[in-house]
Amino acid sequence: MENSKKYSLRFVLENYALYIIMALMIIIIGMMSPKFFSLRVLRDILMQSSTRIIVAMGCMFILVSGSADLSGGRTVGLAAVVAGSLAQKADYYIKFWPSLPEMPVIVPLIAAILIGLLVGLANGFSVAKLKVPSFLATLGWMMVAYGANCLYSNKPPNNSQPLGGFLKSFTDLGTASFLSVPYIIYIAIGVCIVVHLLLTKTCLGREIFAAGSNSEAARVSGINVFKIQMITFAIAGVCYGLAGCLEAARTGSATSTYGNGYEMDAIASCIVGGCSLTGGVGNVFGVFFGVLIFNVINYGLTFIGLSSYWQYVVKGLIIIFAVSIDMRKYRRND
Amino acid sequence: MQDSEFILEMNHISKSFPGVKALDDVTFKVRRGVVHALMGENGAGKSTLMKCAFGLYHPNEGEIRFDGQPIRLVDTRDALNYGIAMIHQELQPIRTRSTMENVWVGRIPYRKMMGIHWVDDQKLYSDTKKLLDELEININPRTKAGSLSASHCQLLEIARAVSYDAKVIIMDEPTSSLTEVEAELLFKIIKKLTDKGVAIIYISHKIDEILKIAQDVTIMRDGKIVGTWPAEELNTDVIVKRMVGREMSNRFPPKKHIPGEVCLEIKNFSSANEHSFQDVNLLLHKSEILGIGGLVGAQRTELVESIFGLRPIKSGKLILNGKETCIRKPKDAISNNIALVTEDRRLSGIISKFSVMENIILANQTANPKTYMKGLFLDDKKRKADAEKYVEALSIKTPSIRTLIQYLSGGNQQKTVISRWMLTDPEILILDEPTRGIDVGAKYEIYCLMEQMAMEGKAIIMISSEMPELLGMSDRIAVMCEGRLSGVLDSKTATDEKVMFLASSYEYAMEE
Repeated sequence: MENSKKYSLRFVLENYALYIIMALMIIIIGMMSPKFFSLRVLRDILMQSSTRIIVAMGCMFILVSGSADLSGGRTVGLAAVVAGSLAQKADYYIKFWPSLPEMPVIVPLIAAILIGLLVGLANGFSVAKLKVPSFLATLGWMMVAYGANCLYSNKPPNNSQPLGGFLKSFTDLGTASFLSVPYIIYIAIGVCIVVHLLLTKTCLGREIFAAGSNSEAARVSGINVFKIQMITFAIAGVCYGLAGCLEAARTGSATSTYGNGYEMDAIASCIVGGCSLTGGVGNVFGVFFGVLIFNVINYGLTFIGLSSYWQYVVKGLIIIFAVSIDMRKYRRND
Repeated sequence: MQDSEFILEMNHISKSFPGVKALDDVTFKVRRGVVHALMGENGAGKSTLMKCAFGLYHPNEGEIRFDGQPIRLVDTRDALNYGIAMIHQELQPIRTRSTMENVWVGRIPYRKMMGIHWVDDQKLYSDTKKLLDELEININPRTKAGSLSASHCQLLEIARAVSYDAKVIIMDEPTSSLTEVEAELLFKIIKKLTDKGVAIIYISHKIDEILKIAQDVTIMRDGKIVGTWPAEELNTDVIVKRMVGREMSNRFPPKKHIPGEVCLEIKNFSSANEHSFQDVNLLLHKSEILGIGGLVGAQRTELVESIFGLRPIKSGKLILNGKETCIRKPKDAISNNIALVTEDRRLSGIISKFSVMENIILANQTANPKTYMKGLFLDDKKRKADAEKYVEALSIKTPSIRTLIQYLSGGNQQKTVISRWMLTDPEILILDEPTRGIDVGAKYEIYCLMEQMAMEGKAIIMISSEMPELLGMSDRIAVMCEGRLSGVLDSKTATDEKVMFLASSYEYAMEE
């Protein structure tokens, strides 16, 4: 608290340890393979991160409001398949909906977002109204979403094959560039800006923080906690839907396994980025950084020729390290 | 063996918590085989003293002797090993496990086989059965603790205490959740225990009960011992007088406000929870401070939280400025200009991860978001201006309005929460234990604030368990007892004794 302490070594280590580690990692990787310092690598990492960032933004809403959300990954997958099935070329040989004409890109986009919204509302209702603990409610809806996705993908003539043959207007969402920066990066950064403004500059945002930090005090102060929970899950769902659509567009394909594990990566990124599992804490910059650090690891380890399996080991250790530093910080404040 | 007349002696015990001296040079001695009642108002230090005797708290000064020998209690395990057991105010058996496991938890009998400790179910059952039979407690050892009634849970706790071969059993308000018949059963078991030489330390507010079962009575007040007397020398009047007998000094601002017309009336208010308040009628005037007194468990908090829409009611009317009004949720109350500062500041008051500013504007921002908007976004200037105004007006001591509220002292946190509600400009302000756990200086500031608001025409309801506060601040005092309104006193004629009398009896004694 005291200002004199503020810039001590300990303070710097506790607050910026992860940034320091990331910087060190980039430097080490760069030294081993100097080509790492190129705009192309930066662009690739950002592109790979973009859908993850959008998922993590959605997840952050849930964590800030004091809940947990496991349904993110499977919702991304469901949205990707639904969006893909509505974005195929008319002459593709296994067209999902054979009689469907070619649709403008807005249709699969809206469909994916609506799917996400639907799962979000189901989560929200189960948590806020039925009082199912969020961990379990979202676990349940995660399974439902995955099951629905498998059933949908399995519909003849598709029979669980990967969807492909997307319209160029659709894949452009994920791959085309403006001023040599892919659209998808603009979209991800746009989402970050909107989320940041919403959380910090609007009444709704402050109410989400209040309800997440102390729901009882929030209720006494006249905040409708039910509404807040519904809204946060709905927003998260919309993020997942959007991410799913972009994931299909970026990879030019979609299967029912899409999005598998994204929810855990998102939660990990949020926690590393400073969110608290007990709610009421979180900021866009931290989460953005949290996603980046994991993707730098992914990309960097492959770049220097290490087996990509190492990324799991490193990611796991970083989570433990990040949270233990946070606990130290909070314990002293008590 | 009987070296000492006393089984438990606590000599010159002092215990401080940050900001409070809970026990001040307390000497307390318990004879063998008697029921020794420990009495005093809420906050007199009874529970703290007993927690020291049970190893839950460590005294700053003083010594504890057991059977004449000085002992040191590091934790409750030590106390139990010496033979000191405590039955807590709020009983918490492990609901999903059987009675017998609850009795022996931590000491489950076992058989060793292949190097592994296997639970000896038969011995567990037979030991429990024998214990319960001896005490004539009629519970099947295999019954899950979760399905026992409140009184049986109590008896289970007693059985556990006896199973430790306790020489001293501390009972903290054991009858507060029992019916009269159940209490009789408890007294019978207490008698059986004292006949065997066990000493019982019995904390209760119920004077009749104590006069009936206790041999010795010790009265505490403000963390000090008033005295110890044989029960036969005492009667209700004497006990009450000794419990409350403190001098009133100039701890309150002068009363200048004059109550006006009626602004709130509640008629036949009954809680949806049948164990809570029933059939309460109350009037509240403008420019009035209405105190609500009563003992812990009198359902005062439940009553005001129902007025504020936090808890549902089964029946009753709420008439606000002559108009019947329906309040279902806090938002309704706020839009009707009612505000509530809750009892538990940490649980339902402050948002600890928010700054002082955000805590101050929280309720008003929720009620009138437009006030703080500039276009689509929040207007930081307006938020800051409002927060700064109240930080200054209430002299909230904080390094900055951006400081997290958790770093402020209790008194300053409380002032922040009060200013949160002053900002909504309420007509009726309900304060539930507004000065609990804050220091004397901050208390006085809060009293001045209440006086000032009453002068401005606001009506204030104040729940307080502190007798001087209740008598010193209120215009009228409504006293509740076990969910009923047992009387309303005019503070000009009210005395400690009258309030205590109403707080421990159902009878109506309207004096207005």
